[in-house]
Amino acid sequence: MSPELTEAAQRLVDRYPVARSALLPMLHLVQSDQGWVSPEGIGFCAQMLGLTKAEVAAVATFYSMYKREPMGEHLVSVCTNFSCAVRGAKDVYQRLSAKLGVGHNGTTADGKFTLEHAECLGNCEGAPVVTIDYLNYECLTPEQAEELLDRVAAGEIPPPTRGPIPPGVRAVSRRLAGLSAMDAEGGNG
Amino acid sequence: MAEPIAVLTQRYELADGHTLDGYVQSNGYAALRTALDMDPLAIQDLVKESGLRGRGGAGFPTGMKWSFVPRDTGKPIYLVVNADEGEPGTFKDREIMERDPHQLLEGMAIAGRALGSHRGFIYLRGEYLFAGMRLEQAIAEATAKGYLGRDILGTGFDFEVTLHYGAGAYICGEETALLDSLEGRRGQPRLRPPFPAVAGLYASPTVVNNVETICNVPHIVERGVEWYRSMGPEKSPGPKLFCVSGEVVRPGNYEWPMGATAREIVEVSCLGMLPGRQLKFWAPGGSSTPLLTAAHYDTPMDFESVAAAGSLLGTCAMMMFSDRTSVVEACLNWTRFYEHESCGKCTPCREGTFWMAQILQRIVDGRGRLEDIQLLDEACDQIFGRSFCALGDGATSPIKSAIQYFREEFVQLIEQRELPAGLREHAGVVAQNSGDDRPSLSGVRA
Repeated sequence: MSPELTEAAQRLVDRYPVARSALLPMLHLVQSDQGWVSPEGIGFCAQMLGLTKAEVAAVATFYSMYKREPMGEHLVSVCTNFSCAVRGAKDVYQRLSAKLGVGHNGTTADGKFTLEHAECLGNCEGAPVVTIDYLNYECLTPEQAEELLDRVAAGEIPPPTRGPIPPGVRAVSRRLAGLSAMDAEGGNG
Repeated sequence: MAEPIAVLTQRYELADGHTLDGYVQSNGYAALRTALDMDPLAIQDLVKESGLRGRGGAGFPTGMKWSFVPRDTGKPIYLVVNADEGEPGTFKDREIMERDPHQLLEGMAIAGRALGSHRGFIYLRGEYLFAGMRLEQAIAEATAKGYLGRDILGTGFDFEVTLHYGAGAYICGEETALLDSLEGRRGQPRLRPPFPAVAGLYASPTVVNNVETICNVPHIVERGVEWYRSMGPEKSPGPKLFCVSGEVVRPGNYEWPMGATAREIVEVSCLGMLPGRQLKFWAPGGSSTPLLTAAHYDTPMDFESVAAAGSLLGTCAMMMFSDRTSVVEACLNWTRFYEHESCGKCTPCREGTFWMAQILQRIVDGRGRLEDIQLLDEACDQIFGRSFCALGDGATSPIKSAIQYFREEFVQLIEQRELPAGLREHAGVVAQNSGDDRPSLSGVRA
């Protein structure tokens, strides 16, 4: 792990009254560096916080946003809870799964996309909702969802319903650690 | 007839309502100035007298919750905002944080003042990235201008707010699981007592409040108890956000006084059900609240009235479904959700949700047996009241109520081995969530 990462992790530790509270942000940080929660990343967190690797792994495996295999450049999540399901989420998920040739938590061979079906994403007014790197594309038909991925693959990512252009799941993970300046109005700094 | 109102949502139409300038220009942070001149206990009394009840689902009186916090332990007192909005169908807190994040921060500062707390945390579900961006921007702006941080508005009061992202776990909306998660652990609920008020975050006195609950506080301070109680019934006063989803024309968040009827909210704000579809069943407060039917459409949406109708107000996530939707499929979809989100700590919930999902799956797949209905009903009874926290209880709500109101639909599906033609539109919606490839815990398949 790089000195920069160690320094960033230390900033997370300093943010809390008790060091261990930095573990969830630190796992997001590891994910931003590695593209997944790797064994090395688990060891890194354990060392930073004075925990055993087993203690860190127990936490990392509890939460669905921490991935145990390397993610693609973009994470595509399709909400399939029932308020989205009755508005067509099943077709959206199945079409994207067929298009990408991967199932739940699968990553395309070119490393571009990881696909997942997600539990209620809390955007039911925009059902069915697809997120790319946790940014919303709402009320999509299966055709629109396919076209969206085509454009993302071509590097012409359209703006989401709200927020900045999806910058890739690694950049977003750094934001989830609370460490990047990427802002709500479009900057990805 | 109730009318829609705009209290919590009053800045939703402003282009700059999320910025500090936009907020201050629309009378924002005026309540904080008022509160900083008040005795902290007077703020607490005001909230008590307002009758504000928690908006996260349980409806506990907020002022009373605050009053349980001991102030003389020598330990710091923490305010933790529960922004881990995960109950299916719920999206009210997300929109507040996206459109009016300073409303939450002002409420937190006032609550901090009332509680004698100098440190607040917002535990935000990780998937709410845009809400988090807006919040972080708001925290930075408010701190730079002296509304948060050290020596707030020159009064000597310190209150620091830290935004903390979760990582995808529904159970962390349960307040003690949230605290364990915030401490860097697996999010599993704690045994109570001790209650968080006495021994919460880092074993210190802690108040955990929902986003919408805290957002009520500045309005109570600014406009008073009498005004607040002019909205809604005696025991459930105030403004309320209703998140309506499913088969309505215009899903969304709508603000009404407590006690507006489901019909008023759906017909006026959502323009009714989709064309050609009749209301068949609905959940008043998320999937963890017992389903109601078209016969309950005129139920006033407040804590007492929804309870009298046989359900719970919950988070006011009204999920509306039509005569073209199978209630059995709805149950399977939600049970897969609970199976996935059960934290595994207690046996009735961990095993019960797994087995109920297997049984519902075989019914939907046309492999059901008539005795499965009784089996499901009994499984619910073995989970309800025997689980460590409310997740297990909630998992039984849709199933018990579906059997109560729609037993015939279960029978018909089991006997005919497929959904009736009119209900096939969503057939298979749940298959993608199927956990069939998951190894059985006890070595036996349903």
